[in-house]
Amino acid sequence: MANTVGIASGQTGEHGKKGLLYWISSTNHKEIGTLYLGFSVSMFFVGGIMALLIRAELFQPGLQFLRPELFNQFTTLHGLIMVFGAVMPAFVGFANWQLPLMLGAPDMAFPRLNNMSFWLLPPAAILLVGSFFVPGGASAAGWTFYPPLSVQMGPGMDMTIFAVHLLGISSIVGALNIITTIANMRAPGMTMMKMPMFAWTWLVTAYLLLIVMPVLAGAMTMLLFDRHFGTHFFNAVGGGDPVLFQHIFWFFGHPEVYILILPAFGIVSSIIPTFARKPLFGYRSMVFATIAIGGLSIFVWGHHMFTVGFPAAVQLFYMYATMLVAVPTGVKVFNWIATMWKGSMTFEAPMLFSVGFLLVFVLGGVTGVILSVAAVDIQLQDTYYVVAHFHYTMVAGSLFALFAGTYYWLPKWTGYMYEEKLAQWHFWLSMIFFNMTFFVMHFLGLAGMPRRIPDYPLQFANFNMIASIGAFGFGITQLLFVYVVVKCIRGGAKAPAKVWEGATGLEWTVPSPAPHHTFTTPPHFE
Amino acid sequence: MQSFSSWKGSPSAIILMSMLAPSAATASTGARFWFQPPQTEIAHRISDLHILLLWICAAIVAIVFGLMIFAMVRYRKSLGAVPAQFESNKKVEIIWSIIPILIVLGLAWPATSAVIWMKNTSNADILIKITGYQWKWQYEYPTENISFFSELSTPRAQIDNLQSKGENYLLEVDHPMVVPVGKKVRILVTANDVIHSWWVPAFGVKQDAIPGFIRDAWFRVDSPGIYRGQCVELCGKDHGFMPVVVKALPQDEYAAWVAGYATSRAASSTAAAGDAKNYTIEELKTQGETVYGAKCAACHQPSGSGLPPTFPALAHGKVATGPMAGTIDIVMNGSKKNPAMMAWKTQLNDVELAAVVTYIRNSFGNASGDLAQPKDIAAARH
Repeated sequence: MANTVGIASGQTGEHGKKGLLYWISSTNHKEIGTLYLGFSVSMFFVGGIMALLIRAELFQPGLQFLRPELFNQFTTLHGLIMVFGAVMPAFVGFANWQLPLMLGAPDMAFPRLNNMSFWLLPPAAILLVGSFFVPGGASAAGWTFYPPLSVQMGPGMDMTIFAVHLLGISSIVGALNIITTIANMRAPGMTMMKMPMFAWTWLVTAYLLLIVMPVLAGAMTMLLFDRHFGTHFFNAVGGGDPVLFQHIFWFFGHPEVYILILPAFGIVSSIIPTFARKPLFGYRSMVFATIAIGGLSIFVWGHHMFTVGFPAAVQLFYMYATMLVAVPTGVKVFNWIATMWKGSMTFEAPMLFSVGFLLVFVLGGVTGVILSVAAVDIQLQDTYYVVAHFHYTMVAGSLFALFAGTYYWLPKWTGYMYEEKLAQWHFWLSMIFFNMTFFVMHFLGLAGMPRRIPDYPLQFANFNMIASIGAFGFGITQLLFVYVVVKCIRGGAKAPAKVWEGATGLEWTVPSPAPHHTFTTPPHFE
Repeated sequence: MQSFSSWKGSPSAIILMSMLAPSAATASTGARFWFQPPQTEIAHRISDLHILLLWICAAIVAIVFGLMIFAMVRYRKSLGAVPAQFESNKKVEIIWSIIPILIVLGLAWPATSAVIWMKNTSNADILIKITGYQWKWQYEYPTENISFFSELSTPRAQIDNLQSKGENYLLEVDHPMVVPVGKKVRILVTANDVIHSWWVPAFGVKQDAIPGFIRDAWFRVDSPGIYRGQCVELCGKDHGFMPVVVKALPQDEYAAWVAGYATSRAASSTAAAGDAKNYTIEELKTQGETVYGAKCAACHQPSGSGLPPTFPALAHGKVATGPMAGTIDIVMNGSKKNPAMMAWKTQLNDVELAAVVTYIRNSFGNASGDLAQPKDIAAARH
């Protein structure tokens, strides 16, 4: 996406550097946003290839392509790379590009820190992918790192721990930058309760990151000490407790899933009003629902641990707290529908993906309600039902919102319109193959197929075959996305400043493509 | 659309039919897509609760999707819709905040009572201790003085697609857990190495097995039968290959099983203990190969190459080529440093232990030439 900032035309950067060195030293929020998004797309394909290898092995019962130990490495790294390498950086990329444009700020608050938080990612990715090539291979203990299994792993586990530390530092620095930008750099007249929903959702997300990432870093460090320095934090022989790790991990892990979905809510809240040509319904309640979801997320981690053997009272506390999450989430969904109500809708790709997001996210939401009931969760914990549930929220939720946001703002970033027809094909194929892959997993889970197994009893064969075919369809469809994006970067119909008829917001007041420096003098906001 | 019969076999038909007929356990294809038929009161409660939740969720989805689809059909720019400009409506916002709260409150009672019911492990008739190992289960009946291991019995050739797969592929074991019907069984669950999770879907019981800690759960089986489940917590390489099989017997047959177990153990222990015979190296290596294939090869590999770093190589390995006493010690007592290497002295008899030790020291290019006799093992036991 180099030409969006005038590099392709041979122009040297402001510090007189060219090529790779230019990008490494860039502190421009748009360029760093582009780096984040490019990194995310490549990690999305790395994690996606692992998913396809997993689905190839699961196409039929029996072991065909992968030995169990390698299969476990792929399930582990697929999860880690998708969460930390693909989805999180993608949202940070959106924040980098869009927050200054939407708030009327010239850049992020700390441009040099911004540069650093991006450049911590490639070494982390190299550590993660490189861990496949050390003795014993990559970590095979699941993305949740549960000890004592994770203590058994080889040096690949240490590389993973170090990678997670780097990613954690990157996230913490990024979160500080985003909070400071939102708090201090809004255009004059833009009060907190007037700023775009995307900024609100990112503000809550950034606070969640600040609360939980240091906790994850602590858990990882304790694991490292247990592995190498003879401590027994998680080893009962030395007075430790393996379940302690699960508490610390999920104290991070549950807010983490909201970190992955709240910015998606923000993107969808920007897009639906544009294509309904009607203001966002219930802005205030949207803000409070976002804060409520973020707040509740800190108190529900125990629902990932309903089978560890809590006393009844603890089981009940986490069950009630989890059920409550449905209330603010429901408010959000109803607000989006009310925004569409009595609007004047058109269905370009961003809107299609947003509506698709809503439909499938609601399905992921209701299976979440079913799983919140502890007794039922005990039957479904660690089965494919849970795999279906979180892919409905993470793929159909986060990823579809990312696609929606990409198509929505791509003309602003590149100055060209993407090809609408192909983008709509991308939507329909994604929607069909996504559901083909993951809907059947509900039935596999109900029937009793455990997660993370390389081979399965014969009664699960039919649905696994359907899911594998769907997965390959979904994977191949994403090549279409890359094609559409690359084509749009290279050229196409010129995009006007205000790309969409119903769009509101400061980002549409600057020309397309957005110039290298925008809002060097604060804009007027009413 | 084509004729109904061709449609019936299509994936969408399978999905639709499974939604319409949740109680059906199997389709014509033998595929299972719903809970196994409940066999305990806990499983019945879970199933009922799940159906209740499913209807509530179906209603919510129907309303949400209905409103969305109506809006998308009705309020299109292409139909000349003119956008209204309202931004909020206190009344409806309060209504749609309160309705979910009421639904959650309504669900709280049945959800709570199920949890309290599951957690009541008091007044059990039978106590069974279950220990997870990489990758097998141990069942101990402390009162009846019974203890045995339960391992996958599906032949390796079926897993490697060299043989056609049997009906209970990956769901069959050598020694199933045995319980009587109609009695309250309390299980104490723990693990020896990493976390496992013991699950029998038809019982509605799933309990993580945590090394160093004992957790409990309970069930009372309604009718005799064989009930199958799997380990559901990632526990390493063969996580997918450690099924749980429970055989529920009528109470008199259970009593007979307990009595029969005591006599057969008495017989086998006298046979093994009285074995003072000196075996040849060939005899020991032949039997050792069988034991190795069944117990050791999963981790140390058939070629003895291991899977470093967790499972070290035996070929030219430090212990396997070191002094005989060291080999016997680690095989019998396990490794103090690496919990993945378990103690085999309780699982194998003297002949089997002598055979496998001899096999390890004289295979994979190891050529110590020495051999362990059953009486050496017997001596090491004391």
